[in-house]
Amino acid sequence: MTVTPVASHAPARACFHCGLPLESAVFPVTLDGIEQDTCCRGCQAVAQTIIDNGLGAYYRSRTAPAPSGRNAGGVPQELDIFDVPDVQRAFVRDAPASDHEKEASLLIDGVTCAACVWLIEQRLARLAGVTAVSLNYATRRARVRWDKGRTALSAILRAVADLGYEARPYDSSRAEERLRRERSVLLWRLFIAGFGMMQVMMYAIPVYLAEGAMTPDIEQLMRIASLVLTLPVALWSALPFYAGAWRELRVGRVGMDVPVSLGIVIAFAASLGATWTASGQVYFDSVSMFVFLLLGARFLEMEARAKAARTQEQLVRMVPAYAERVSEGGDGATERVAVAALRPDELVRVRPGSAIPADGIVTEGCTAADEALLTGESRPVTKRPGDALIGGSINTDGVVTMRVTRVGEDTVLAGIVRLMDRAQSEKPRIAQAADRVAQWFITALLLLATAAFAVWWQIDPTRALWVVVSMLVVTCPCALSLATPAALTAATGAMYRAGVLITRGSALETLARATHFVFDKTGTLTTGRMSLAGVTLLSGDTRAQCLAYAAALESWSEHPVGRALTLAASGVHPVASDVRAFAGEGIEGVVGARQLRIGRPGFVAALHGQTLPRELQLAPAAVTVVALGDSQGWLALFMLDDIVRHDALAMVRALTAGGAKTALLSGDRPQRAAHTALELGISEYRGGATPADKLAYVRELQAQGAVVAMVGDGVNDAPVLAQAQVSVALGSGTELAQTSADIVLLHSRLDALVEAVHTSRRALRIIRQNLGWAVLYNIVALPLAMAGLVTPLAAAVGMSVSSLAVVLNALRLLRNGR
Amino acid sequence: MDILYLLIPLSLLLVFLIGGVFWWALRSGQFEDLEGPAHRVLMDDDDHPR
Repeated sequence: MTVTPVASHAPARACFHCGLPLESAVFPVTLDGIEQDTCCRGCQAVAQTIIDNGLGAYYRSRTAPAPSGRNAGGVPQELDIFDVPDVQRAFVRDAPASDHEKEASLLIDGVTCAACVWLIEQRLARLAGVTAVSLNYATRRARVRWDKGRTALSAILRAVADLGYEARPYDSSRAEERLRRERSVLLWRLFIAGFGMMQVMMYAIPVYLAEGAMTPDIEQLMRIASLVLTLPVALWSALPFYAGAWRELRVGRVGMDVPVSLGIVIAFAASLGATWTASGQVYFDSVSMFVFLLLGARFLEMEARAKAARTQEQLVRMVPAYAERVSEGGDGATERVAVAALRPDELVRVRPGSAIPADGIVTEGCTAADEALLTGESRPVTKRPGDALIGGSINTDGVVTMRVTRVGEDTVLAGIVRLMDRAQSEKPRIAQAADRVAQWFITALLLLATAAFAVWWQIDPTRALWVVVSMLVVTCPCALSLATPAALTAATGAMYRAGVLITRGSALETLARATHFVFDKTGTLTTGRMSLAGVTLLSGDTRAQCLAYAAALESWSEHPVGRALTLAASGVHPVASDVRAFAGEGIEGVVGARQLRIGRPGFVAALHGQTLPRELQLAPAAVTVVALGDSQGWLALFMLDDIVRHDALAMVRALTAGGAKTALLSGDRPQRAAHTALELGISEYRGGATPADKLAYVRELQAQGAVVAMVGDGVNDAPVLAQAQVSVALGSGTELAQTSADIVLLHSRLDALVEAVHTSRRALRIIRQNLGWAVLYNIVALPLAMAGLVTPLAAAVGMSVSSLAVVLNALRLLRNGR
Repeated sequence: MDILYLLIPLSLLLVFLIGGVFWWALRSGQFEDLEGPAHRVLMDDDDHPR
């Protein structure tokens, strides 16, 4: 066996253990007589542990570098807490068939390749007292069994930590575990039905082909063999349908499971009778095929649900188990504590490569955070002191200290999980309508089947039963019931990947039907940050000089205008003295020997007593004007604009091209609203609108029959967002937890809205196609079955092909193509 | 055609046998991790602690 060591692939100056670039100091370890360099004491310790335990083979066969050992050094004392029986209750069980052994599920972080699995299993298996260990590579979950008299759980967790991985208890009572068990039972039922179906078919085909040329005793043998194989299918595999039908009947409804169960029971009972009397047709093949195909559809649906559950599980998993809390002594020392023990206002240090433990604000250091799973934004976001960090995102660059603002259930991450739960628990209107139609349809079907039975009893009593079975099977309304949920699940998944979070079940449908998109201006179409749009020079000073003066004064100000001007001067400016700020007016100060004022023109004019410059009238209505002057006269006028989001224009164009009307509502000056509207090509606009005005405007549109989608920043526009049929909020992280909007654009990118509208329309189109197909199929199939032209086998095939077509059509939504 | 009296019961027996094997496989978690074992078989366990 030839195994290439990873070290030879890595650049010459990379850590032998974790593959990170080496810095000046190196920490050597010796493997197989060759000295290798590691990047830090942590990696050295981990590598040494691995080699000392005789597990050096790990380095020869791994295919990805190990997680960095930088944080592995200090094994937290808190692991002892996991030995307390009360703490263990959630995730430790008594091992089956043993009275002194315990079993626990652990989630292992840092597993990068199959060699890690080997390494951890080997290390734990060699630990005294551990009786069994298996680590699942796909789920990163380990099952460990140990003798409670010989070792403790904390020792096991410590052994994993010594290898540079992080193990944490996994609470197996979670939804995913239940889903896993459900899945394995369903898989077993599906297997029985499928296997039974194939075998029964083997016995049925010869009988069909022989067309009566078979001797009666052989034919009877075939019947009995088929019966034996169909027995488990009809009695065990089909159990969920009987249970469902019973549930439905008990609450006085007829759902999909009723005709399904009826079909199975009638066909099976009649075939049983035919076998008993050794005469007549048996349809065991149809029964087992019908059950198999229906179970197959259920299995597909369950896989889709499991996938959704996994996305959520992934989100929950993003919060690390431990955090480095900065001690209160003020000496900068840190201690490792459990994340659950963190409280708001505590300081936490986050190292590069590790996850941010809670929501907070950077107090020290600069870094970039990878928020991809939370917001869909793939590029790391730069974080400086004062910026908000989202718990669960990954710190990619530097060491930062943050002040915790929210923990546990209050965090953004917990909010997203809650919103996703809510969306999934609500049934959209179109699905409710489909359910109502299905129920009505089934009632009609049962009546028709009874009538058909009565008629056929007169014509040909031997065929009456088969006609009924064919009718019940061929018109199975599964396609009707599957059509909507399949499409919605696929669409929601596709949208979340594009950074659009659907928080209400019916939002998707309403968005697709929206005729009017109404936008708030500040913070929605614009970024809410001011920028310098132009400078009018009024004296001999250059533009750069004026900007430098402005920045010198404004650097004392926290106002958005001040920040815009300081930014425009690119940070290079002289220092002003004797600075005085006049609230709502401007700033006065001395730069060099000149006394300067910046602010409202009237405020500046008071310094030199000259009339307002003519250029002020020429300034466009859509900008804020700030004047600069000294004691001699005017120096310059600065025009400031709120930056329009770079993707706003493209979004408005795309929406208009899609046939939707756009409108802009703003609390700003009317001229300014008009300016933004014109710039973006929005035909309707209202400036100077109070929240009540906005509400009235939306009501007026709705009175004319419009379906209004309101796009706002989510917090300030709550009433009008609630009034619109569908509300879209731009959620840049922090406000997300409190949002009431139906749809959230996770990374505040407006083009995601276009994508969302597009996907929702596609979803609605596919739902309509599916429903249309289901209806058409039934219209054709039902009369044929009633006329006795469809055998039960053909009916089962027809039913399943129609269901399959519906599911496959819905899965098209997962592809991102247009 | 008398052979069918033997073959058909035999095929039934086989079906139940295979069903039993699948049941065992499902119970013992053979379908849970489809990737790990493929790698595990390549790793040697015979490095001894120093």
